[in-house]
Amino acid sequence: METAKAVSERSVTVVPKTQKKRKWTVDHWLALAFLSPSVVLILIFVYGFIGWTGYVSLSNWNSLVPDLSFAGLKNYIYLFHDFRFQADLRNTLVFTVLFIGVVIVLGQLLAILLDQKLRGESIFRNIFFFPMALSFVVTGVVWQWLLNPSTGVNLFFKKFGLDSKWYTDTTILGSFHLGKIEFGVPVAIVAVVIAAVWQMTGFAVAMYLAGLRAIPEEVREAARMDGATEFQIYRKIIIPMLRPITVSVIIIMAHISLKIFDLIYAMTGPGANFVTDVPGVYMFETTFRGNYYANGAAIAIIMLLSVAIFIVPYLISSRKGES
Amino acid sequence: MKKKGLWLSLALTFSLALAGCNSDSNSASNNNNKEDQGGSKGHEKLEIFSWWTGAGEEDGLKALIKLFQEKYPDIPVENAAVAGGAGTNAKAVLASRMQGNDPPATFQVHGGAELNEGWVAAGKMEPLNDLYEKEGWMDKFPKSLIDMVSKDGKIYSVPVNIHRGNVLWYNKKIFAENGLQPPKTFDEFFQVAEKLKAKGITPLALGDKEPWTATHIFETVLLGTLGTEDYKKLWTGELSFDDPKVKEAVNTFKKMLNYVNEDHSSRNWQDAAQLVGKGEAAMNIMGDWVKGYFVNDLKLKVNEDFGYVPTPNTEGKFMVITDTFGLPKGVKNPEDVKKFLSVLGSVEGQDAFNPLKGSIPARIDADLSKYDEYGKQTIQDFKTAELAPSLAHGSAAPEGFVTKVNQAVNIFVTQKDAKTFIDTLVSASSELKK
Repeated sequence: METAKAVSERSVTVVPKTQKKRKWTVDHWLALAFLSPSVVLILIFVYGFIGWTGYVSLSNWNSLVPDLSFAGLKNYIYLFHDFRFQADLRNTLVFTVLFIGVVIVLGQLLAILLDQKLRGESIFRNIFFFPMALSFVVTGVVWQWLLNPSTGVNLFFKKFGLDSKWYTDTTILGSFHLGKIEFGVPVAIVAVVIAAVWQMTGFAVAMYLAGLRAIPEEVREAARMDGATEFQIYRKIIIPMLRPITVSVIIIMAHISLKIFDLIYAMTGPGANFVTDVPGVYMFETTFRGNYYANGAAIAIIMLLSVAIFIVPYLISSRKGES
Repeated sequence: MKKKGLWLSLALTFSLALAGCNSDSNSASNNNNKEDQGGSKGHEKLEIFSWWTGAGEEDGLKALIKLFQEKYPDIPVENAAVAGGAGTNAKAVLASRMQGNDPPATFQVHGGAELNEGWVAAGKMEPLNDLYEKEGWMDKFPKSLIDMVSKDGKIYSVPVNIHRGNVLWYNKKIFAENGLQPPKTFDEFFQVAEKLKAKGITPLALGDKEPWTATHIFETVLLGTLGTEDYKKLWTGELSFDDPKVKEAVNTFKKMLNYVNEDHSSRNWQDAAQLVGKGEAAMNIMGDWVKGYFVNDLKLKVNEDFGYVPTPNTEGKFMVITDTFGLPKGVKNPEDVKKFLSVLGSVEGQDAFNPLKGSIPARIDADLSKYDEYGKQTIQDFKTAELAPSLAHGSAAPEGFVTKVNQAVNIFVTQKDAKTFIDTLVSASSELKK
């Protein structure tokens, strides 16, 4: 077993060697010529600036006058003691869980319904996919009108005696304190989740639909032969087979929800008592309104790390899959 | 053949890139040509940066630019206004540009701490003493106003207007129908509010989607409770935020919040003013840009549809908000900027701008006949009243402190926890000590 592994590893390392021996053709040089500018630009403008942000986040630069003296972790410590940032972390967590959960369930459900070979499928597909074409800012503005407590759908609800507060609701369900942080589900987040789900479900539908189409008909046939009902086929075979797609959807939705800024900025802003505030909005206001550049950089770095928690394992696992 | 195609596309890409550069330089030289034909050489565009994109304010700015262009037709002007209430977005854009050494030719900045502790302290502004002397402005602007735009004896900007912050706007019809008098003290305010509430009318309209509007109410309560002297001492550190008087003000503010509309956190200041304009709420505490909004946008009439009094306990006090324009360091056309500033500071310039914007002129010798009833009375009040700098609008304290106060107010409006609020103010006030 051990030796077999060693041999296979060696053989893997041998392959590039033979490739190296191959002559560099014009195609290779061209590929290099086309790739290198973007590599250089990305090194500078992505990784270089991440490094710069990290450097600023450790400095004392909290006014209009740049002050890059070393401050250690002062800015990070300040943030974790800050009520607003604690609220942000709670909101991000709640938003991410609700948003991804609903997108996956709804996306799968709609994709399965669409997969029933019904007529006019492409029309439905477009209806669900179209919101993707809009910017989050537009979505935010539209849903802000719709969910405004005194207009939109609430005029309709009022006829039935329902007085909805939506995103002005400051209730935090199941509020409890963990250390200094107040946990719970802020009701106002639901309004933002609705808007975000409306925009992103179409993407999940498209992904799942592609996945469903990739499952060969023979698999279903075989199951039917064994006497499985349609429901059983979906529960036991189809949905488990869609798992890789679910992973991709989670990764893509997670990085959207952890970095979200525009939707919330356009729709609710930080909200009363910061019930809809997220690190992105806080980062913007701290940096550009309060001129706390180091604090803002610290928030940005924390956001980067929170996304990295999701993305890095995915990158590693997909690299393993390749080799 | 295939490779030839690739080389061709590569060559094409490069030539396109080159063409891009070329067209850039072409358009630049075209501009110069146009200016040459206009009779002048190489004028840089005069970029005027502000957040005046709303109805009244935009009209005012355009009138001012028009006046400038009549006088200097050969200087091209660019109106670089960025939308967003109270300059929240514009300030972000400005901060990035100033940090990147790409300042606009001149920009709108509130007189007071926002200018002095912000841009002047950061060494980004040119002093304008010579312009003031040349134009003979030293006795044309009130001394207290010049002090607001000065640091260490150097003057850094030219005020174009004065806004009054401590105004209580009320719906005349609602007050008349219920036989009420506009309140002058906090006691009267709460009596009136109670009566209105009993009748099912929202007493006080608030729109704190952007928290500065709640801070705005809070500062008028502070001024009304502390008086001008003590109010000013808050910003110099001579009076602590845990002073009993501040606590009293916080409690009054808390009590006032019982009378606001329920959907306040989904409204902005215009939405709140609209409630009063349309008779859905009785009162609104806001600066006098509300008058511009009432008259220009809602087509309401001064003293007919809406009335105004100073906010409770602030009669004879004047919460000053002044928009000023300065000269950033490192602009390419300082002489043109000074020409613009001299128009801005002239009687003509101020009278072109202010009647439309809804503010009053910063100069003491402006033409009274151009202003409406509200404007005339406010010009009179300004001459006699005690002046106090506004916190919510960056005159009293640096931006960083204002941001922290806004956050604390945002939490306070919901949690109504006076102790936490005061504790936050006290800890944030360490920012004030210079």
